[in-house]
Amino acid sequence: MLSRRILIGALSATLALGAAPSAFAQDKEIYIPLISKGFQHQFWQAVKSGADQAAEEFGVRITFEGPDNETMVDRQIDMLAAALANNPSAIGFAALDSQAAIPLLQQAADAGIPVIAFDSGVEGDIPATTATTDNVAAAALAADKMAEKIGGAGKVAVVAHDQTSRTGIDRRDGFLNQIAANYPGIEVVSVQYGAGDQLQSTEVAKAILTANPDLVGMFGTNEGSAIGIVNAIREMGTEGVTIIGYDSGKAQTDAIREGLMAGAITQNPVGIGYETVKAAIAAMNGEELPAIIDTGFYYYDQSNIDDAEIQAVLYD
Amino acid sequence: MTTTTANTPRTALARVIAAGTHQRVLAFASLVVLLIGFSIASPNFMQTSNMIAILQATSVNGVLAVAVTLVIITGGIDLSVGTMMTFCAVITGVVLTYAGLPLLLGVFAAIATGALCGSMSGTFVAKMKIPPFIATLGMMLILKGLSLVISGTRPIYFNDTPGFSMISRGSLIGDIFPAMPIPNGVLILFIVAGVAAYILNRTVLGRYCFALGSNEESVRLSGVNTDRWKIAIYALAGAIVGIAGLLIASRLNSAQPALGLGYELEAIAAVVIGGTSLSGGRGSILGSLIGALIMAVLTNGLRVLSVAQEWQTVVTGAIIILAVYADMMRRKGAS
Repeated sequence: MLSRRILIGALSATLALGAAPSAFAQDKEIYIPLISKGFQHQFWQAVKSGADQAAEEFGVRITFEGPDNETMVDRQIDMLAAALANNPSAIGFAALDSQAAIPLLQQAADAGIPVIAFDSGVEGDIPATTATTDNVAAAALAADKMAEKIGGAGKVAVVAHDQTSRTGIDRRDGFLNQIAANYPGIEVVSVQYGAGDQLQSTEVAKAILTANPDLVGMFGTNEGSAIGIVNAIREMGTEGVTIIGYDSGKAQTDAIREGLMAGAITQNPVGIGYETVKAAIAAMNGEELPAIIDTGFYYYDQSNIDDAEIQAVLYD
Repeated sequence: MTTTTANTPRTALARVIAAGTHQRVLAFASLVVLLIGFSIASPNFMQTSNMIAILQATSVNGVLAVAVTLVIITGGIDLSVGTMMTFCAVITGVVLTYAGLPLLLGVFAAIATGALCGSMSGTFVAKMKIPPFIATLGMMLILKGLSLVISGTRPIYFNDTPGFSMISRGSLIGDIFPAMPIPNGVLILFIVAGVAAYILNRTVLGRYCFALGSNEESVRLSGVNTDRWKIAIYALAGAIVGIAGLLIASRLNSAQPALGLGYELEAIAAVVIGGTSLSGGRGSILGSLIGALIMAVLTNGLRVLSVAQEWQTVVTGAIIILAVYADMMRRKGAS
């Protein structure tokens, strides 16, 4: 019997602890849960910090949750269900798999709770808007920077993360179309896919370098792809290839600092979080929203990597 | 204890029923305390829709916990249930979406695949004498890899089989009592648990399950083909995992090939919270069911209270240790 008392006591203590923050939350305040695709990754923590900023600025309460990894589709659905139980004013949602979430999103829509999609978006017409990076424009900027570095002529290649996801397609095509439209002197000799995996991308990049000894530039469409290119160049000792990357992470920022990589595009994860919360408040108040809110992106290289504006959006 | 064949399992069973009742009361009391505590802490917790969300979240883990309970009672462990569930879902995807076969064949394929995988694990353990931890660790990786290979690392959607998502999302109970739209997935969990409890407590297979966990050597010495029974139990557990595969695929309307790692540990956690001993010979399906419910209530409740996610994980871990410790203390006091 003693043990049961201990157990019950401990459970109640846990609950009391848990109840403390929500005790303040009982009056009709504005509550916006954000359900993301991840939680402990640096990128998502940056999104969270942006959301926190907006929450403070507009005086609303937010929570930020995401599954341990991007395969846990059902866990994300459970999080969405728990968030709906709290009668939120609006919901921010970055779907791991849009289809799986449809019944709950429909439930939110029926209850008049606006849904704001962020990062990769949600298929269908339920979301009021999507706060995301304009990946096509960002990749076009990478193409411009590439052309600038290689003097507008020569052979280049792309290592992309995949050919099916929205971001994979947009970044690849954004780069290819910009080159095709504006830089007749540049020839894209190869586009290959490394699944965003550093090792796989390294092998892909090495194969491209072996096949094209006269290559002058390579573009990696995400962190893993870009680091793969850097690894390939390091392992093969190739010189004279301009590398443009995407996103950040320690390996990539180090490569830029030491000059191995020319520069990279960074999304603005802080902006994604901030704009999601801001759009949620606007949707709640019945304001018209554009279909897509561009949360911005930057190009960074050795010259500006330590600027406050850039440091704020980079992650290690 | 080594007197006769018939006696050994019976005495083991008698002990289990006696010990199990107390543990179930303890686990059930904790569940009630949690429900009451969360209801007091947040007015949003005790709503029909949230209770259904909790049951829905329990369904897959609950079915996995039932499967693992059988294996754990034999003194074994099954680390492969998470990825086996995914593998069964992928096979169903192949049968229904790629081959376009009727729904019933897809259901059969999932259960048969699970039973086959389970009997393979069982063979590794019983015939090849590979420790269950290692054998099922190997299976866990094999099945994870095969799921990715077969699906081409992409989700397989069931859009062409409209009835499929009703397995988990539809509500037969809700059709009869509109006020209680309990999803079929939950109904299936309770049916699976009921059947498993019946097998465990009322059939020869169940008796040998306990006997193998209590004293395998004495069962063998009394002339029973322990290998055969052990393989049968792993196969039964596998078939139940196949049902979990159907539930998750139906709920997500897709077979997600990369999913599955980590689910085995949650199922094992539910089993130990429910009072089943990892050293075998003792345990109950009802306990595991309550264990799975405790896990789901805890996760959902902490979320509804908006406890920061990092702390949710800490609390869940602490509860597991506390629950098992309380059980040990009670057992010590009893003996």
